[in-house]
Amino acid sequence: MPNDIKIVEFTKEMKKDYTILVPDMLPIHFAMLMKVFHEYGYNMEVLKNDSPNVVNEGLKLVHNDTCYPALLVIGQFMDALKSGKYDLNKVALMITQTGGGCRASNYIHLLRKALKKAGMDHIPVISLNSSGLEKNSGFKYTLPMLIKSLAVVAYGDLLMLLNNQVKPYEVNKGESQTLVNLWVQKLSDELNHNKGFTFKAMKNNIKEITKSFANIKMTGEKKVKVGIVGEIYVKYSSLGNNELEDFLHEEDCEVMVPGLMGFLMYCVENGVIDSTLYGGKLVKSKINRAANDFLIKIEDTIIDAIKEHDVFTAPTGFRHLKTLGEKVIGLGSKMGEGWLLPAEIMELIQLGYENVICAQPFGCLPNHIIGKGLIRKIKGIHDDSNIVPIDYDPSATRVNQENRIKLMLSVAKEKLQTEKMLEEHMKFTDLIEKKQLKLAIEE
Amino acid sequence: MRIGLDVGSTTLKCVVSDDHDKLVFHSYERHFSQITQKTASLLRQVRDEFPEEKEFSMCISGSAGMGMAETCGIPFIQEVYATRIAVKRLIPYSDVVIELGGEDAKILFLTNGTEVRMNGSCAGGTGAFIDQMATLLNISLVDMNEIAKDYEKIYTIASRCGVFAKSDVQPLLNQGAKKSDISASIFAAVVNQTIAGLAQGRKIEGQVVYLGGPLTFLSELRSSFDYILDVKGICPENSLYYVAIGAAFSDLSERLNIENTIKSVESYKSTTGFSSTMTLFEDQDDYDEFFERHAKERVEYVEPENYRGQAYLGIDAGSTTVKAALINEDEEILLSSYLPNSGNPVPIIKGFLEDVYEKYPDIKIKSSAVTGYGEDIIQNAFKVDFGIVETIAHYTAAKKFKPDVDFIIDIGGQDIKCFKIRDGVIDNIFLNEACSSGCGSFLQTFAGILEYKIDDFAKLGLQSKRPVDLGSRCTVFMNSSVKQAQKDGANIEDISAGLSLSVVKNAIYKVIRAASADSLGENIVVQGGTFHNDVVLRAFEKEIGRSVIRPNISGIMGAYGAALYSKENHKAQSTLITDEELDHFVHEAKVVNCGLCNNNCKLTVNKFDNNRKFIGGNRCERPIATKTNKPKYNIFDYKLSLLQTYKPVKGKRGQIGIPLGLNMYEMLPFWHTFFTELGFEVITSPTSNRDLYLKGQHTIPSDTVCFPAKLIHGHIDYLLEKKVKTIFYPCLTYNIDEEKSDNHFNCPVVAYYPEVIKANVSGVGNIKFIYDYLGVHRAKDFTKKIHKLMEDNFGKIPFREVKSAVSNAFDEYDSYMKKVKDMGKNYIELAEANDMHIIVLAGRPYHIDPEVNHGIAKLITEFGVAVVTEDSVNHLVGKFPVNVLNQWTYHARLYSAARYINTKPNMDLIQLVSFGCGLDAVTTDEVQSILEAEGKIYTQIKIDEITNLGAVKIRIRSLLAAIDQRREEVVSYAQ
Repeated sequence: MPNDIKIVEFTKEMKKDYTILVPDMLPIHFAMLMKVFHEYGYNMEVLKNDSPNVVNEGLKLVHNDTCYPALLVIGQFMDALKSGKYDLNKVALMITQTGGGCRASNYIHLLRKALKKAGMDHIPVISLNSSGLEKNSGFKYTLPMLIKSLAVVAYGDLLMLLNNQVKPYEVNKGESQTLVNLWVQKLSDELNHNKGFTFKAMKNNIKEITKSFANIKMTGEKKVKVGIVGEIYVKYSSLGNNELEDFLHEEDCEVMVPGLMGFLMYCVENGVIDSTLYGGKLVKSKINRAANDFLIKIEDTIIDAIKEHDVFTAPTGFRHLKTLGEKVIGLGSKMGEGWLLPAEIMELIQLGYENVICAQPFGCLPNHIIGKGLIRKIKGIHDDSNIVPIDYDPSATRVNQENRIKLMLSVAKEKLQTEKMLEEHMKFTDLIEKKQLKLAIEE
Repeated sequence: MRIGLDVGSTTLKCVVSDDHDKLVFHSYERHFSQITQKTASLLRQVRDEFPEEKEFSMCISGSAGMGMAETCGIPFIQEVYATRIAVKRLIPYSDVVIELGGEDAKILFLTNGTEVRMNGSCAGGTGAFIDQMATLLNISLVDMNEIAKDYEKIYTIASRCGVFAKSDVQPLLNQGAKKSDISASIFAAVVNQTIAGLAQGRKIEGQVVYLGGPLTFLSELRSSFDYILDVKGICPENSLYYVAIGAAFSDLSERLNIENTIKSVESYKSTTGFSSTMTLFEDQDDYDEFFERHAKERVEYVEPENYRGQAYLGIDAGSTTVKAALINEDEEILLSSYLPNSGNPVPIIKGFLEDVYEKYPDIKIKSSAVTGYGEDIIQNAFKVDFGIVETIAHYTAAKKFKPDVDFIIDIGGQDIKCFKIRDGVIDNIFLNEACSSGCGSFLQTFAGILEYKIDDFAKLGLQSKRPVDLGSRCTVFMNSSVKQAQKDGANIEDISAGLSLSVVKNAIYKVIRAASADSLGENIVVQGGTFHNDVVLRAFEKEIGRSVIRPNISGIMGAYGAALYSKENHKAQSTLITDEELDHFVHEAKVVNCGLCNNNCKLTVNKFDNNRKFIGGNRCERPIATKTNKPKYNIFDYKLSLLQTYKPVKGKRGQIGIPLGLNMYEMLPFWHTFFTELGFEVITSPTSNRDLYLKGQHTIPSDTVCFPAKLIHGHIDYLLEKKVKTIFYPCLTYNIDEEKSDNHFNCPVVAYYPEVIKANVSGVGNIKFIYDYLGVHRAKDFTKKIHKLMEDNFGKIPFREVKSAVSNAFDEYDSYMKKVKDMGKNYIELAEANDMHIIVLAGRPYHIDPEVNHGIAKLITEFGVAVVTEDSVNHLVGKFPVNVLNQWTYHARLYSAARYINTKPNMDLIQLVSFGCGLDAVTTDEVQSILEAEGKIYTQIKIDEITNLGAVKIRIRSLLAAIDQRREEVVSYAQ
């Protein structure tokens, strides 16, 4: 048995009529992204299959001690390939590769191993990476594509944030989601017509988007606010986290999920941090710095737009996030979500989302450090925080996860109740004071 | 009036209070997963008890009640919260509440910052765990509690997971340890688990309250908590009902009409269906064909009364059952036995032999052989002729049914064993790991929980139309999957079949990790007690899409194989204990502390007939006569002794403490030299031991991190106790680049564990704890950086001093690594000169810690094999491409070592894997594929806090047996 797994290149020929499958993670972002890629001649499809067979395929073809996201992503691919929906000679797969010190950078290799095990190793796998790990002649990530993708991330984050802040309170149910769909369509159209990605156009769109959500009629009631952080896939993907966001909505909570931009900037920033900590790589560091300056400009625009409307809570921005991270962990911690994850917890607490779910794959290596490992320290700083780590894996049952989340929510609800009572009380004393004042004046 | 209901994982509790808040009714019963029926009947009972009341204030709590509460419109309160309400009401002066339930464990801190905690997704130490242990000991919980009062010794048992603890308890039983000691040890394990898993650094003190079933019923469990925590806890009246009481008095409760509520509970059906992925039989023909086919594979039984002549005895002293087979010259079975070992196989075999000698005086036992976990003790006790390794026993038996068998899978009570056979030689061995066992005892436990006999339970499964898809991992949490399925409308038949299916899936995908049936083999023999279950057999065939052979004696194949072996190899005179000797047979067991080294193992000394002695529980060969007279070449020892030469040297700049754990096992020469050169006295923590670990365990925040990382907490604690003012433990994202890989990272845990220490060990806040990020991979920049760091911490130090210290440190590191490699070369040459086989015991630098490797290296040398490490041979091959991203320095060594031994006929590799090591999920597959590309056997040993050395021994012996067999093949081929 020869020990070789060949890397099948995605060629220019293939570009013409192959379908490229992409695993699902962030529905709003990915929907727009696919349309952008389509314009450049790539026929892409985001996988939506989520039957139990996805997990079964993953269990069969991936080492079971591997993290859950690998198992799901690969399972989702294999389930799709075996569904008969695709011509196996006209299909390619795309997966991201970070090249960091976490085992996640090995997903692409595990995927190829799985393909080989299943006898489908002729199917090309495209690595989407920024570190030049693998190249394919048929897939070129050009500058315009990159810029448009960044615009998508910015729009996606904004839509996600606003939707999360409006949906629990909307008077007419479904209004917010309809607006999201409308914007996804409109923004994709713009991008496909080479519009909507210049700084000016983005600024304009961001304002318009925010305004449109601010116009939705909201009840103004108080709800428990929950933040979600975690390993990137489990944090975002409903397949990975057992529809966590839906569950929280059913529990009558407002949810905040920090956006993808932060993660991108974190990845870029690590190049800068590395050279400060260990020296060298000055040119690369300069490029990274410039890239993040650009991203921060976009981020500032978003934050400013949100701040114009009192009803919304704006994120605090990447620079601030970094200082928050530094309070609890060294910035050299860069594997997995590294210092970003505790920074996001700190930010959420600051923004009033002091109930935080840290969603992590069972046995996730970086999470031993940056998740569970730091909760104590964070609680030392914010003793009112209410953080619960939840593990996800094929055998963790939903009942158990939900029970633990409910415990966290009980604490949160009790606190909210006290706050409401206190507020009532304040209103009351306020009233009395005013009355007394009035009496005094009258006298 | 108020009703509070607590629907837990195994029990249903209910309280009713009158208008003066007085409890007027309470009930506690097991619900056997029939949640709605039991709840409805309970409510009817309440209604009849209080006929005047039409409306009650009601609230439900408990994990299993969640769905029902929602649908039936009854308010729900999370159980930990309910507990808090009750405790605040009834015992307002309490500080900490510890509540153990069926599957959950909880701690509530009520004073100085309220905190509520629940066990995570991988945590034993609950009622289910204690239940499982009682089953294993074959005693009731009441007895377990009673005998625990008379304990003398506490053994260490992992209580993380029931499956895992079994592998600790079983060897103890097999060595003859007392059940009283084991029972007390199990309770202590639960306590330790609660502290480690839930307290997570917060001290449990003040008034402690014990609640929940296990703590109510087991006084010794409470004493164990009292003793270890050094508190005096109370277990209040109604301690079982606190959740229910809390529910009753919760603000959430609502006044509801009881009739309506009963109706809505009765009509409650879950809205979601359960998933099912396979049907067992297409139709009646399919069913008939299946049974006809399997009826053919048999060995005949003959009446022993009529037999006169030679017979051969085979014994398989397995982990949960003891099997024996007596065969005649025609290899037919005269007598057989299949009994639970009840913790001690000796009396069972004694009974069997007495039976043979008494009833059948005409049968002459010509030869005998024993295999299995209890091999040593049985061979010693009864002077059995041969002790053989299990793989050989099973292969011998399987060949009888299918001479060209190429794959054997044996699912027993505790283990799954699989062997691949290539060209008549055992080629690959798979054994189940700690966290993936779903074996026979698992089915048995479930049948018990649902109140069925295992055979009846299995038969029910055959009737299933839609076996439930239950997934395939942890048995503790299978409980909740089963509950979920029942809620979703699965009947008992579907559940029985579903459980069998999960056993099969576990075996195929977790243990063997096969992608397709073809990768298993063409001629498959299945055996082991669990395959007696026809559903398991059928599910196995369906899952791999191929017919297999199940012998009618599948449960006693090991014993039958041993009998065949003894027949083939019989000597002129059998040594087996005679009839008369058996009459005077005496067995005594005593526990002593070894004391020959600082491991201080607890030895169980078994004495037979006052002269033959058998010692169990030893981790090395010192207390027993050594088996081999070949020299001992063991690089593990050498490396450890090298590290011990780095002693503290008094200096002008004070003391600096270094914890000897994780990467420090390799970086010590570097840092020791660096600091010593600069005039610091370097205080190193010692190699780990149990006490050191226990001291630090309460500060571990993640109970699923690898054991070597957990040990660091103890090392830091040691240094703090030594009153060092400074501890140096830097974060190292990057390791030194050995130019064998694409990058040179450390794994996230090694790289950043200092952050965990800083965040969770409060003691380091009172001293100088230096845990900066350093880059040893860039020597020049490093010098500047460390100079600044030193000055920041210790004031002015001239740059040239630091520069020279750095340069010497790198030299010392290189010299240490070179010494290891030179000694590797030396041992390899010596081994070759002595015609010894060589094993590369490949893992990580920190695996040389004796508390981590549990003496496995020593164990291997006892078989007359030399042991070298991955870092003593990895430099012998150049960089080569692998199929994974090769970017961790330590892990790249594994690939190189595997590649290297592929060219050496006298070398093999065993990979040591720490339980919970995420990166090894990647490396194990790759190392295996590198080895198998050249036809080498891949062997993996998982190690954790506790390791079952019995299983390790079997694995090593199997490997060595296979190597021997293969050698003979080569020799005979050459001739």
